[in-house]
Amino acid sequence: MSLINCKNLTIGYNDRVILKDLNFSVGENDYLYIIGENGSGKSTLIKSLLKLQKAIGGEIEYCENLNSKEIGYLPQQSSIQKDFPASVEEIVLSGCINKMGLKPFYSAKNKRKALHNMELMKINSLRKESYQNLSGGQQQRVLLARALTSSSKALLLDEPVTSLDPIAASDMYSLIETINKEYRIAVIMVSHDINAAFKYATHILHLTKSGVFFGTTQEYKNSEFHKRFYGGGIYD
Amino acid sequence: MTDFINIFSYSFMLRALIVGVLISLCSALLGTSLVLKRYSMIGDGLSHVGFGALALSSALHLSPLSVAIPVVVIAAVFLLRLTSSSRLKGDSAIAVISTCALAIGVIIVSVSGTNTDLSNYMFGSILSLTTADTVTSVIVTVIVAILFIFFYHRIFAVTFDEDFSVATGVKASFINTVLAVLTSVTVVIGMRMMGTLLVSSLIIFPPLSAIRLCKTFKGVTITCAIISVTAFLLGLMLSYELSLPTGATIVVTNLSLMLISFIIDKIKNHIKRKKSDS
Repeated sequence: MSLINCKNLTIGYNDRVILKDLNFSVGENDYLYIIGENGSGKSTLIKSLLKLQKAIGGEIEYCENLNSKEIGYLPQQSSIQKDFPASVEEIVLSGCINKMGLKPFYSAKNKRKALHNMELMKINSLRKESYQNLSGGQQQRVLLARALTSSSKALLLDEPVTSLDPIAASDMYSLIETINKEYRIAVIMVSHDINAAFKYATHILHLTKSGVFFGTTQEYKNSEFHKRFYGGGIYD
Repeated sequence: MTDFINIFSYSFMLRALIVGVLISLCSALLGTSLVLKRYSMIGDGLSHVGFGALALSSALHLSPLSVAIPVVVIAAVFLLRLTSSSRLKGDSAIAVISTCALAIGVIIVSVSGTNTDLSNYMFGSILSLTTADTVTSVIVTVIVAILFIFFYHRIFAVTFDEDFSVATGVKASFINTVLAVLTSVTVVIGMRMMGTLLVSSLIIFPPLSAIRLCKTFKGVTITCAIISVTAFLLGLMLSYELSLPTGATIVVTNLSLMLISFIIDKIKNHIKRKKSDS
């Protein structure tokens, strides 16, 4: 069963169309990579999926029991103020806000979930540390723990490893794989890293100005599309 | 110190103390979020709108707060909409609205004749609070503080990362509106103490000091409240001892506390760097 289904989707800023007639779907437990050059509409697509931005045409169907309270989001790191005074715990807990209803404070259940996610992301020892004093990789793990706290079915990650060093990046990849495989959460990731896509993705959505590819990773490897953009095979 | 306690045997000083402490507290609580959201000039803009509203109320012989509070609340919500729709850039929108309100206020004053009440509001006169003013101020500020505590976690989430909040189903525009309404009410009440021209300092200075000293949101919020109340008490005491205008003295004590916290921060960083070098 698919969680998200896009039909003839047209997206862009104001009235400027960036992508037209986009068709793809994301199933439970899928791991979808969205790749494409700068300006091809990757981030715009993520924003449209999150309803931060209205689609110009077509539709995005969400499966019945997937509302925005079950989608977690990891924004591009540049969108967060570097010098914001907040502790790791405060940030991870803030992922619970959408489940608080009318209550003013976090419940014990909220706190347990946040704690569990901090343990999963191996940032438990940094709980009381300030976000601004952490390394780039640690900051990303904090934001990933927050995204997990807010969601139970799907995660949208906008360039989670850009600006990380190789070790931190591979840490991040294996954490995301754990979330996808063991916790059975669908992952949609924007990335430039085609090697990682071949290693982890179940599906690939390749956006270009001249056309779009959507299919399984194997289909992509065999496609004309892949050969045209990456010369084919050299990454295997 | 006994001198300082003695002066509160005057009932006007006692009223000033109660209202001042509450206003300093509320503006500090809200200020943290406003400064981090880069909205600090909203306080300044709203105080000018408040002046226009007070001029109107005095020309119509209405009670000042009953006109000023609704007008400033509407202006605040309007400013927020303007800022988020981004046709007009936020800072220019604030400048346009605040100068217009000030201009209209000045015209109303010159047509209807000058009024001492109004000049009190321009420069602040906390010592002339009536009992009715005090009661209103206390009720309003206590409500602001309670609502702030109620929305505290949501205000944090929206201040830290608005996109994430919206994406995960939090009504960020509602939280922003709450913040704007609470700010406008605080500004109007604070104008009596600090004057139109100086009230925004209460919202801006204490958070800037606290951000230097603490690195968690809760820490900043609490430190900010303490700094704000301390600056008020010091300012009130100094202004009484040296016969200086209260509002201006409070701004100067706030500035001193800010400079001290900048120096503390610099020293802390220096020590940290030394440690990591060795």
